[in-house]
Amino acid sequence: MSAQTILTAGIEPATADATWHLDDYVGRGGYAALKKVLAEKMTPEAVINEVKKSSLRGRGGAGFPSGLKWSFMPKAYAGTKYLCCNSDEGEPGTFKDRDLLRYNPHQVIEGMAIAAYAMGTAVGYNYIHGEVWDLYARFERALDEARAAGLIGQNILGSGFNFELYAHHGYGAYICGEETALLESIEGKKGQPRYKPPFPASYGLYGKPTTINNTETFAAVPWIIMNGGEKYLELGKPNNGGTKLFSVSGHVVRPGVYEVPMGLPFPELLKMCGGMRGGRKLKACIPGGSSAPVLPAEIMMECTMDYDAIAKAGSMLGSGAVIVMDESVCMVRALERLSYFYFEESCGQCTPCREGTGWLYRVVHRIEHGLGRAEDLDLLNGVTDNIMGRTICALGDAASLPVRSFIKHFRSEFEYHIDNKKCLVPPEVQREGSKIHVRPSQC
Amino acid sequence: MLDIEIDGKALQVAEGSTIIEAAHQLGTYIPHFCYHKKLSIAANCRMCLVQVEKAPKPMPACATPVTNGMKVQTHSGQAVAAQKGGMEFLLINHPLDCPICDQGGECLLQDLAVGYGASASRYQEEKRVVMNKNLGPLVATDMTRCINCTRCVRFTQEIAGLMELGQAFRGEHAEIMSFIGQTVDSELSGNIIDLCPVGALTSKPFRFSARTWELARRKSVSPHDGLGANLIVQVKHDRVMRVLPLDNEAINECWLSDKDRFSYEGLNSPERLTRPMLKHGGQWHEVDWQQALDYVAHAFKDVAKNHGGAALGALLSPHATLEELYLAQKLMRGISGVAANVDFRLRQSDFSQDGKRADGPASAPWLGMKISEIDDLDRVLVVGSFLRKDQPLIAQRLRQAAKRGAQVSLLHAADDDQLIKIHAKAIVPPSQLPRLLAQVLKCAAEAKGVAVDAAIGALTVSAEARAIAASLLSGAGSKAAVFLGNLAQQHPRAATLQALARQLASLTGARVGFLGVAANSVGGYVADALPGPDGLNAAAMLAAPRRAYLLLNAEPELDCADPQQAMAALKQAETVVVLSPFKPAGALDYADVLLPVSPFTETSGSFVNTEGRVQSFNAVVQPLGETRPAWKVLRVLGNLLGLQGFEQDSSEAVRAEIFAGAAPEFVADRLDEGASGAALDLSIDAGPLERVADVPIYAADALVRRAPSLQRARDAAAPSARMNSTQLQKLGIAAGRQVRVKQGAGSAVLVAELDERLPEGVVRIAAAHPSVAGLSAPSGAITVEAL
Amino acid sequence: MLSDNALKRIDRELTKYPADQKQSAVMAALAIAQDEKGYLAQETIAAVADYLGMAPMAAYEIASFYNMYDLAPVGRFKLTVCTNLPCALSGGVHAADHLKQTLGIDFNETTPDGLFTLKEGECLGACGDAPVLLMNNKRMCSHMSTEAIDQLLAELRAEALAKPAGPKS
Ligand SMILES: Cc1cc2nc3c(=O)[nH]c(=O)nc-3n(C[C@H](O)[C@H](O)[C@H](O)COP(=O)(O)O)c2cc1C
Ligand code: SF4
Ligand code: FES
Repeated sequence: MSAQTILTAGIEPATADATWHLDDYVGRGGYAALKKVLAEKMTPEAVINEVKKSSLRGRGGAGFPSGLKWSFMPKAYAGTKYLCCNSDEGEPGTFKDRDLLRYNPHQVIEGMAIAAYAMGTAVGYNYIHGEVWDLYARFERALDEARAAGLIGQNILGSGFNFELYAHHGYGAYICGEETALLESIEGKKGQPRYKPPFPASYGLYGKPTTINNTETFAAVPWIIMNGGEKYLELGKPNNGGTKLFSVSGHVVRPGVYEVPMGLPFPELLKMCGGMRGGRKLKACIPGGSSAPVLPAEIMMECTMDYDAIAKAGSMLGSGAVIVMDESVCMVRALERLSYFYFEESCGQCTPCREGTGWLYRVVHRIEHGLGRAEDLDLLNGVTDNIMGRTICALGDAASLPVRSFIKHFRSEFEYHIDNKKCLVPPEVQREGSKIHVRPSQC
Repeated sequence: MLDIEIDGKALQVAEGSTIIEAAHQLGTYIPHFCYHKKLSIAANCRMCLVQVEKAPKPMPACATPVTNGMKVQTHSGQAVAAQKGGMEFLLINHPLDCPICDQGGECLLQDLAVGYGASASRYQEEKRVVMNKNLGPLVATDMTRCINCTRCVRFTQEIAGLMELGQAFRGEHAEIMSFIGQTVDSELSGNIIDLCPVGALTSKPFRFSARTWELARRKSVSPHDGLGANLIVQVKHDRVMRVLPLDNEAINECWLSDKDRFSYEGLNSPERLTRPMLKHGGQWHEVDWQQALDYVAHAFKDVAKNHGGAALGALLSPHATLEELYLAQKLMRGISGVAANVDFRLRQSDFSQDGKRADGPASAPWLGMKISEIDDLDRVLVVGSFLRKDQPLIAQRLRQAAKRGAQVSLLHAADDDQLIKIHAKAIVPPSQLPRLLAQVLKCAAEAKGVAVDAAIGALTVSAEARAIAASLLSGAGSKAAVFLGNLAQQHPRAATLQALARQLASLTGARVGFLGVAANSVGGYVADALPGPDGLNAAAMLAAPRRAYLLLNAEPELDCADPQQAMAALKQAETVVVLSPFKPAGALDYADVLLPVSPFTETSGSFVNTEGRVQSFNAVVQPLGETRPAWKVLRVLGNLLGLQGFEQDSSEAVRAEIFAGAAPEFVADRLDEGASGAALDLSIDAGPLERVADVPIYAADALVRRAPSLQRARDAAAPSARMNSTQLQKLGIAAGRQVRVKQGAGSAVLVAELDERLPEGVVRIAAAHPSVAGLSAPSGAITVEAL
Repeated sequence: MLSDNALKRIDRELTKYPADQKQSAVMAALAIAQDEKGYLAQETIAAVADYLGMAPMAAYEIASFYNMYDLAPVGRFKLTVCTNLPCALSGGVHAADHLKQTLGIDFNETTPDGLFTLKEGECLGACGDAPVLLMNNKRMCSHMSTEAIDQLLAELRAEALAKPAGPKS
């Protein structure tokens, strides 16, 4: 692991599952930042300023500067304002927030408490992905510990500052990761995104001003407060402050979560994961979760892992989910599976996404199954033209970008499929390449 | 105001407007499906995308607020590409078989596809099929056609007040449906048919009976409740095929209640009377008009000559037109003079106010304000009203007012869910309503430091009354109203309730309003369809039976307060003359002449609605068979009886006579504004168990009772004996058991039903149904025993 | 309809939200009801809606929108196996195939003995541990090699034998 870690610091893999408790966290220096903010009576502006200086960018996918976002919250608002943590990690390839909640839930709680202080939000919710019940249960226990220690609740540490924090458990809908769908879901409705404007900072949960950040974003806050925004920025590179968790999945020897400084060259990250599995060659990589455009090996190997570099290469750092694919992968089949995912997860609210994701999936499915037509690739691009930028939320774009990028970079493979009614990569090779990657089971 | 530009045209719009509203102001059409001016913004169809200068992508016009200096292009390349793209998506899973769709010709999707659709489809996959749903007798479904605009869902949630429809599942599997197997029972359900932009929700009664272009569209006015909803009646071959709302923001907005919309089916009922009939030796014979009218004239003359004019009585329906009511009372006055027994207030039981109204004997109890003013109220107390079912669209306005923050309180005898956010309520047996209202008054008087009547001062104020009073008082200088509903107006202590309401109103700065029961509840007063100083009112002329009766559109066995007494009086009479569009079963027994007169669609006439608005309308079809407009029949009868003043040659002439030549929009000068000097009488002893009766929405008048689809709706269920669990227990009766209820000399056998929304000490038995015609008054002591 | 214990758990969820926002607890309440009843029958959904003072259709929208609710009966052990791309690259599809073969059922089917229902999952948020499967919405099983799957099935069968008609874990 690289030099400085701040999200996973002090956590030993072997014992990680047992050292999540309040005592352990405090032992690692936890809650010092919250205490500092309260003891020094830092002004909310000062806290926000520190976050601004850190250049911390939202870790949920969009990479929006967090300090700026916090400053949008109306200061003089008389009623309740809300703070939400987005732990609905459901983007295929992303599993970093899971580790944060598993091994270090108090760091998220502390980050949220500081954010609440900075924005004057009296109530917060952590929206936790449905499929990780154990993390939800654990987070509730962590909340109990924090509450008992007076670290959340009323009059925190005698400072007069109040912040109630609760966990809300999702129940299986990728779309609830979209921040306004998440708010709807907390309100007990279907997770159907809201049209913006109005933005959550003016009309959020229950119609009240609300800020939503990703789990990892909050988890970075205590360190920034303790060490200063500049220090954090220095960990990474300009405009891309700090370290970042990367969820690496697919054809590497050791898939997993890696905390590295922003701007690390991709080959180094690959090396940390033990390199390519079975010694096969890298074919393609999706650097930022399933909705980020795929990049072919030669482009990917030149990238550093930060927002700007990946964007320049034509993709997105997104949530930092790195899906590594070797030469045994059939790109049509890979796209078919992703397209099915977006078709399945569209909330069904707006027309282009509801109708378009099914259309995309069916055409890719047809090509994969030997029923492709010459005009299909243009049709697919045409359909994405009609989805992108015309939907209520970004799921429409998320469904379109893979289609466009797979066709763009691997057009010949799609054409081969259409012409020859079969995969370019022989099925046995595909099967061999994606067979169960044997490691000890944990159940 | 903001300065913006749409398609190069500059305009000023109010802050907070959306682009689509601004475009509307300019008369520029932006295609849309999900947007509707009365519903929340969903922005889901994405058909209204337009180009906005500096915006990187097309923006939905329905949801994008305008900003100063905004430049919008609705027809630019970017906008049109987006609109066409949206249309393509909407059509890929939509059947392209307009010729067999019931919506064909009036389909927004079809219309817009002509402008924005491509000629050939790029979509080659199989189309989605969605199972149809049974939403009840009124709304038909063809769900495969649904484009998921969610207008219907938002309507049930926001306008009707209960989310009876939803969008279940997600993505492409999303489906509009009701909760599994449930029908849509809202009294406003038909509006979703109008709202659905495609053929997914259509009218079940109308289904496939005509194409829109075959139908003539004629304006009319609803003959049912006191609102006077404006209608478009669609006609084919002289038959009414369908009724739609005519937009009128001041009255019904763009809505109709299901009663207004579907009652037209009764116009084509097999029970229609199409030729005059006479009963001879117990046998009914069809006769010609001459014979029938001669018979009536002779009969009335005989009775008047032999027994005096007071031996005749006329019971007129409040759903009859102004002109009909006027000529009918004029006829009776012509025959009987000051002793004329004539009345249209058939369900009223307390007439003690007669002759005491401050603004003159014929000043009408009315809403006390314009209907549209309800929207601005911020404190409301509704007394004795089955609000949603009695005045569905007034309830709708109050629902919206409550959403905007108005405090709506309720004082009533049944806690039916009004689907309105109720601020405070008191639910007590009917006999206790005056006392409860007096408690509210006492509380308000105390707060204001005003003395009250000793009887009121002696009352203990309940917490409920206190909460209601506090709400009314809290709106200092506000727009407040106390509304008296149907139950309050028909209450045996109606005068006391009114007097209390007036006192309460003057203390709290509220206005008093009567929620009009029927289309001409105000019009009947305007027409002076009331007993003269020496005449008998509706109840009295049945309590002291007459020798001859004239019934205009009335079915006393269902329409009068005491059906049992009504039947007895009519049966003993020598002559009963019935003017009706129908052949009522009861009349076949007690009448000796049946004269077929026009329903509202076959005659011109006027209704004066609850806000005092005079709404005149023309016939939309020819009278059926030998049916004649009632005003003509009454005029000829006047001639045959040799009476003066029956020379009118049109209904307009009758109306001109009523208004002394004027054609007022409102009847301002005949509305009762008065503080009345009614004596307060708080004491009713109704015994340990008393009846509360509603007049079910689809039983309220002769026309709706004959509308078959409405009669299949849940609201048309036959009356049962409803009690709360404590009451059932007290009586030792299990829900579902048959019981005998006895009231006065009458009785009926009904099924006992559990209804926790009733207070203890009452049994709720609906009125206006043949199965309860054996019972007497809608209120008062009653006994229930298990069978 | 729902047990006191279930109602108590729902009441606890209600404390998380503002008093006038009871609907916020609907997801938790439906999950609690499903844990108790095995699946969400129409009456169960109606009872939850009634308890929270919301329209039954509003509750049905929720029950049909979120994947982890079961609107029809499922086996005692519902196994949701992820086959999304990241998992598929590391054996997710192989694991699913092995389950199908061993249990003799396809996705969305239940074994004749009523023990197992197989579901295809979208991303469970555990791609690094592929193949992964989720048992009865609660227990995440990682690195599910064919041997691990066989072992899990054996364990569950044994549990079923030991506690025949017991409640869901
Ligand atoms: C379809 C969709 C799914 C998303 N899923 C997630 C998610 O699982 N977790 C997350 O933090 N953000 C997700 N986002 C991004 C959020 O909308 C939002 O930008 C983010 O939570 C803000 O937090 P941040 O500024 O800290 O990144 C998603 C966005 C979209 C459009
Ligand atoms: S969604 Fe669409 S049509 Fe519906 S109105 Fe708007 S954007 Fe417009
Ligand atoms: S893709 Fe399988 S858990 Fe994420």
